[in-house]
Amino acid sequence: MPQLRMTGRGLWITALIVPPLAFVALFIVYPIISAFAYAFFDWQGLRRGDFVGLENFHTVLFVEPYRSWTLNAFKNNVIVFFALMVLQNGLGFILAYALWRELPGARFHRIAVFLPVVLSTIIVAYLFKLFYHPLFGVVNISLKSVGLGWLAQPWLGQGGTALWSIIIAQAWHMVGFPTLVFLAGMQRIPGEILDAVRMETESEWVKITKIVWPLVAPSATIVFTLLFVGAFNWFELPYIMGGLDGSPFGSTDVLGLYFYRTAFGNVSSGQQDFGLGSALAVLIFIFIAAVAGVITTRLRAREIQL
Amino acid sequence: MSAASSMNYYDRKGILGTLGRDGLLQIILIANTVIMLAPIVIMVFSAFKTTPQIFQSPFSIPDFTQVSNFAKIWTQTNFLRYLMNSFIVTGASMVLILTLGTMAAYAIGRYQFKGSTFILMFFLAGLTLPLKLAIIPLFMLMRDLSILNNQLSLIFVYTAMGLPSTVFIMTGFIRSLPNELEDAARMDGASEARIMWAIMLPLVKPAMVIAAIQNVVPIWNDFFFPLVFIQNDDLKTLPQGLTTFMGEYTTDWGVLFSGLTLSAAPIIIIYILLSKQFIAGMTSGAVK
Repeated sequence: MPQLRMTGRGLWITALIVPPLAFVALFIVYPIISAFAYAFFDWQGLRRGDFVGLENFHTVLFVEPYRSWTLNAFKNNVIVFFALMVLQNGLGFILAYALWRELPGARFHRIAVFLPVVLSTIIVAYLFKLFYHPLFGVVNISLKSVGLGWLAQPWLGQGGTALWSIIIAQAWHMVGFPTLVFLAGMQRIPGEILDAVRMETESEWVKITKIVWPLVAPSATIVFTLLFVGAFNWFELPYIMGGLDGSPFGSTDVLGLYFYRTAFGNVSSGQQDFGLGSALAVLIFIFIAAVAGVITTRLRAREIQL
Repeated sequence: MSAASSMNYYDRKGILGTLGRDGLLQIILIANTVIMLAPIVIMVFSAFKTTPQIFQSPFSIPDFTQVSNFAKIWTQTNFLRYLMNSFIVTGASMVLILTLGTMAAYAIGRYQFKGSTFILMFFLAGLTLPLKLAIIPLFMLMRDLSILNNQLSLIFVYTAMGLPSTVFIMTGFIRSLPNELEDAARMDGASEARIMWAIMLPLVKPAMVIAAIQNVVPIWNDFFFPLVFIQNDDLKTLPQGLTTFMGEYTTDWGVLFSGLTLSAAPIIIIYILLSKQFIAGMTSGAVK
């Protein structure tokens, strides 16, 4: 009898666990493992050809013009990451601190700061594309109306400003996320610690740097890691606002676009190479996993356990 | 630097100083809220204007009676079809995610069996992997399953993507539930399935709401997977359909803005009604 009962329960658990497991295995684990395998083959369109070892990796890293494309996209991703680190996470921390003090209207401000986060990236991309229009966009019209007309320019149409214009749209879209994660971290700081500090020092600055910041470190680790993964996966905003080629002149080309273009091609180049695309995917993947791992372990080590 | 010194400066001034510092923070918050809302407000205003009106006075408040832009979208584009497709794909994915996620979380959280830790780890591994980078094998897989250009491809990918966080959130929650009710029912001879369905599931609802919100927003908003999997215009989801339609009306800004407004409206309205649950749901994975 107990034996039979065990079997019945075993069947029941199996029935519960196998369908979800199959989904994750088939649509996440298998594709990711395959992505690694694909990178070692030559591809003709959708047909797999010969095993070519590391040749695809060699091509995207060392053979022109791929080498310059790879480096340019990587460089732009680095700029995106550091810019968003300051604009999105830096502002997010300041906003979280301001919200934490529960000033009048804090509830309303909290709802407003998170509102853009729920919007589709595509909506944000088109909205800002219209705003940045050189003749009719509200950005240039506003500048002209306050007498700063000399600052007006084709924001998305020139190399110097295009990437930064898209970064600002991204920061607007997502600043609410780190804000509320930091705020949640601050709200978990025990009141006794804050009272003790208030006795010790009058300085708000000391309080922030010595107490609040170290205690919200777990939130910071998560926010930094997510930003890093997100920045090096960046696709939708540059795709809509700059185009698949990263125009003008590759100034908004990032790894996500470059990878997609290499794999699935575009109208103008007509190229489609699953081998080179897979090699790029593997390199980006390893890079993200390695750096995210370092960020997490390094920062975790410094966290204060509450 | 200057912010720091000004804060110190205010600190030394007692009550007045406190007001000053909080005043500064209040100004930051108000300025930020204006910056967050202005683009959305301009978008909605512009949706009710003609193109010349948008160019001449982009900030003026329209009288909201001019709805020809919306009429055009309603009658001359595939907007409704895109909206319906988004509902179908998101709805089906959510049903699958919640069903399969609850099943896995229940098994892991409620029973002790060999390999349960490993299985949990297997689910969690999917949590941080950027699945976009596996798009080539996914594309080939969908082709082999003959579901390219079929909404099932999206539903399957979204379900797989949503499962890790759902299993993560719900396993933790299910583990925290007390044993007493379950044990009593077991003594009375209730089957395991009946215990799960009648006793435990009603208790799990709060975690299901969190998991639902965390998944519904990225699925509803996703653009990347439809871009790769769906070619047929009749099957496009809203974000993807938006690109088609923005390309058709490049010079008619009134229609462009009303298209954006219509696309944004459902999620903005739901968010305003349920902002607390939305914020909790979307940040819950990162707050833990």
